Amino acid sequence: MIKSQQRIYAVLVPLLSVIIALLIAAVVIVLVGNDPLKAYWEMLKGAFGGAQEIANTVVKTTPLILTGLAVGFGFRAGVFNIGAEGQMAMGALFSTMVAMNLGSMPSVFAIPITLLVGMGVGAGWAAIAGALKAFTGAHEVISTIMLNWIAYYLGNYMVAAPLAVGSGTPKSPEIAPSAKLPPLLTVHATELTSGIIIAVIAAVVMYVILEKTSVGYEVKAVGFNPYAAEYGGISIAKNVVLSMAISGALAGLAGAVEAMGVHHRYLGALTAGKGFDGISVSLIGQNNPIGIIFAAFLIGSLRTGSNAMQFLGVSKHVVMIVQGIVIFLVAAERIVRTIMIYLRFRRREAGMES
Amino acid sequence: MRWIQAIFDILTNPQFYKITLTASTPFIFASLGGVFSEITGVVNIALEGIMLMGAFTSIVFTFYFGSPWLGVLMAIIVGLGMAWLHAWASIKWYGNQIVTGTALILLAQGVTGFLMEPIFGRPGQTDLIGKIEEIRVPGISEIPFIGKVIGELNPLVYIAFGAVVFSWFLIYKTVLGLRMRSVGENPEAADTLGVNVYGIRYFGVLMSGVLASLGGAFLSVGELGQFKELMTGGRGFIALAAMILGNWNPVGAMLASLLFGAAEAMNNQLQSSPILHVSASTKPLFNMLPFIVTLVVVSGFIGRTRPPAADGIPYIKE
Repeated sequence: MIKSQQRIYAVLVPLLSVIIALLIAAVVIVLVGNDPLKAYWEMLKGAFGGAQEIANTVVKTTPLILTGLAVGFGFRAGVFNIGAEGQMAMGALFSTMVAMNLGSMPSVFAIPITLLVGMGVGAGWAAIAGALKAFTGAHEVISTIMLNWIAYYLGNYMVAAPLAVGSGTPKSPEIAPSAKLPPLLTVHATELTSGIIIAVIAAVVMYVILEKTSVGYEVKAVGFNPYAAEYGGISIAKNVVLSMAISGALAGLAGAVEAMGVHHRYLGALTAGKGFDGISVSLIGQNNPIGIIFAAFLIGSLRTGSNAMQFLGVSKHVVMIVQGIVIFLVAAERIVRTIMIYLRFRRREAGMES
Repeated sequence: MRWIQAIFDILTNPQFYKITLTASTPFIFASLGGVFSEITGVVNIALEGIMLMGAFTSIVFTFYFGSPWLGVLMAIIVGLGMAWLHAWASIKWYGNQIVTGTALILLAQGVTGFLMEPIFGRPGQTDLIGKIEEIRVPGISEIPFIGKVIGELNPLVYIAFGAVVFSWFLIYKTVLGLRMRSVGENPEAADTLGVNVYGIRYFGVLMSGVLASLGGAFLSVGELGQFKELMTGGRGFIALAAMILGNWNPVGAMLASLLFGAAEAMNNQLQSSPILHVSASTKPLFNMLPFIVTLVVVSGFIGRTRPPAADGIPYIKE
């Protein structure tokens, strides 16, 4: 296939998948006795209906860009990092624990240190799975899922016992004010944090690493064909660990940014599936850093909008159904391509008849 | 010392072994499902999602018709549907099997969460709806110690062990089993010899749907009598680990499932040990146990087991 045509497919396949998924979800909404048009309209208003709604959407988009980049980088390197959820939780947990104690440090140091801790811990947590794959052959899908649960329970333990403050939802103390990410602007109760800038910078950095450096070349080569790469003198083991670590660093960064910009502390619900959403984001964005920004914005809007839709009695789980169908269709993209060819064929036939 | 005493007490109590059997049952069903799918060459990580749908469906039908067995039957049908989707995408459309599996997990979580309110009126979890009661095996239940372990169990537990024997026989002693294994090892050769590669693969994946769904149904109408959102809690993935550890063999998968079930039972018993007095805040640490065991065991043993040669690779007919 010609390269330009491939690019068009890269945009059209996810786009058409989203449309098909929304149509199927509409049928589901009808089946439980609701009006899908009304529900989608509420969703649209909930995501973009005003300044606060848009700010909310951007806040929701921020961690999704980072977890999307994490999973996307993994895919490019040939590893399926399904553990962004756990890496994000560990990044958030440890950056909170460090940032709680940075009271006397000015922001110029406190913020970068906290971000680096999040990235480092996320990288380390993911590197466990990378090392297990490289040295024992344990498939990363299983080991990262196990690490997700271990991280989940570790976080729950930390906020239930050693770090616990206050009553109600188990949570850690607040981080030092100097380690909080400054809000770009505040719309009513919503703070639009500068995290979005960090996320966009991360996307650009990932693009540069993948496309312009030898590290990126090696990582992609191993992802594309590990045996050929090894024959060419690239170490598979080193690259598997490295790719998992870089992927985990991005997920850990998502955790740090979420803790520093939104919650200002660690709590069990901080990740709430944002790591898993990274899988949808990277697949819709076709593992391309720029595509991932748009895909994160799409999922972020669906998530924000679905909260508004709940007032109509339509569960926000609709978004998960939509995501599930989109991933399914993107994975088996031949289905979508076949539909596209069929539609074009029909149009041509209709044109001939008239 | 308190720890050694507590563990000793647990190990000498038949209750521990009974809980091990119960906790292993979902792993056994789902890992057998994994074996069926993967020996024909299709990786099925959707087990977690199929289990969740099975757990949900069986409770829904028990809720409407009052019969948990009807619930189990319907769970099997829904499991077949989920598995068919996976088979269709990965066999007919050469989809990335790990990614479509992930999609089905998400879909299952979405659908079950979405239907909670329309059906049960509230999210989160259902009331106690009804479950399949334990049955007593006359004779065996009178034997000391052993009777307390295997004499009175949920019928689905016995069915799980029956399924192991059935699967082993089917895979290693029948022509169909030979064809399944050949399709998973070398689909080109099998195709040349006239074996219907796609048909056999559909069969393997559909079987995994039936079995995983039974595992899920056991969690809801077998053990608890209610459905909780996301109640499978990673068990589908532990089952995959059991399949790998068991070297893609039904008996091996059962043994590995028993090991993981024992880890869960030990966690459960340690938390309620009268000697240890585990406080609510340290319970999460105990809950890590089954996952740590799985991680360690999988990475320690994996070099010694070997997946089917064509596992996960779509077969594209020339």
